[in-house]
Amino acid sequence: MVPAPFELVAKRQDTADTWTLELMSRSGVPLAFSPGQFTMISAAGTGEVPISISGDPTAPERLVHTVRAVGLATEAICAAEPGSRLSVRGPFGRPWPVEQVHGADVVIAAGGIGLAPLRPAILSLLARRERYGRLVLLYGGRAPDQLLYTDELDAWAERGMDVLVTVDSAGPEWLGHVGVVTRLVRRAALRPANAVAMSCGPEVMMRFTVAALRRVGIGAERLYASMERNMQCGIGHCGHCQLGPTLVCRDGPVYRWDELEPWLAIREL
Amino acid sequence: MQTLEQLIAVAPVFAGLAPDHLGLIAGCGRNTHVDPGTFLLREGDPANRFFLIRRGAVSLEVHAPGRASLRIETLGAGEVVGWSWLFEPFRWQLDGRAIELCELIEFDGACLRGKCDIDHELGYQLMRRFARNIVDRLQATRLQLLDVYGDAPARV
Repeated sequence: MVPAPFELVAKRQDTADTWTLELMSRSGVPLAFSPGQFTMISAAGTGEVPISISGDPTAPERLVHTVRAVGLATEAICAAEPGSRLSVRGPFGRPWPVEQVHGADVVIAAGGIGLAPLRPAILSLLARRERYGRLVLLYGGRAPDQLLYTDELDAWAERGMDVLVTVDSAGPEWLGHVGVVTRLVRRAALRPANAVAMSCGPEVMMRFTVAALRRVGIGAERLYASMERNMQCGIGHCGHCQLGPTLVCRDGPVYRWDELEPWLAIREL
Repeated sequence: MQTLEQLIAVAPVFAGLAPDHLGLIAGCGRNTHVDPGTFLLREGDPANRFFLIRRGAVSLEVHAPGRASLRIETLGAGEVVGWSWLFEPFRWQLDGRAIELCELIEFDGACLRGKCDIDHELGYQLMRRFARNIVDRLQATRLQLLDVYGDAPARV
């Protein structure tokens, strides 16, 4: 529960409003984590925010977060310069089931900054490429200049992942796909009987994407999504992130779709 | 070498059609290919054909005076380019431009409309499949309009 001091050691701007930060523990003890987990992070004088870990789980000595500046706390975090101190609690939450799906085809469906919480899963899958069937990344963004990790996408493809990228809008200079991420599902020619899908992005995007994945035959029990609510304590005590009978910080953020579906249908939640 | 009937039978839009209907549709089609940059459709031109993409990609675009063309959507292998041949006034509503070397099956829309007028079951089956295709693309367009990756509300 007690925040630990971390030092910002490297910083890279990904898009106009998004930065990837690399932190190191001041205690020297790495923060071990599983893909899909998040931390509560804060800059001095501002509130804590839940941010998914986007780094490589096999290299936990550097804690990596990709942060979009959308409010006071995240703006302060993104404005921090190397050498600054940030406070970190965690890691929290239920991870992606990377270790439970050996032998399966794994479909990663990401929208916008939703690729960040999936990056550790992708790196884990690729690190043990031989344990899985086909690996497919379906990644949608708003525009070409808002795509994340563009320098890594080709490397992931070279390591054995089918990488399909689309943007909602683009000028004529963009030679890639234009259209929403759901349109990539059919194009990917998936083998539904052996496929597991993990999705993260805006909730509306995930609903439509899951619907498209189910239309090609992937059952709800083989679909996973990462949810976002108002996580505060991170350990299931405060109740701010309640979703139906669950608490997203403790029971999520990764849920199996058949666990999640009844609650998403209730508009008041 | 596969026949045209075998090639179109595996396309999602024609999946499940009876063999005699596939034969009728194939009778209005021919294999072709185009280089990148070739316009398959031009907004306002008569719409008397449509295409099934076997390989490559086609960009649907809207021309706006004084601006670069606006790209609406990219279509790829297995997808159909062109609906306007089905509906009056039979004019293209968009530009369609190959952005890769494309292998296509080109269908004569007037030929197929004529067969549908004679064989209403073929017309019904074809219309059902194109309607499904149109609904899928409408849903995708709605999602595109939502701009779900836009500015998130400030939370903290």
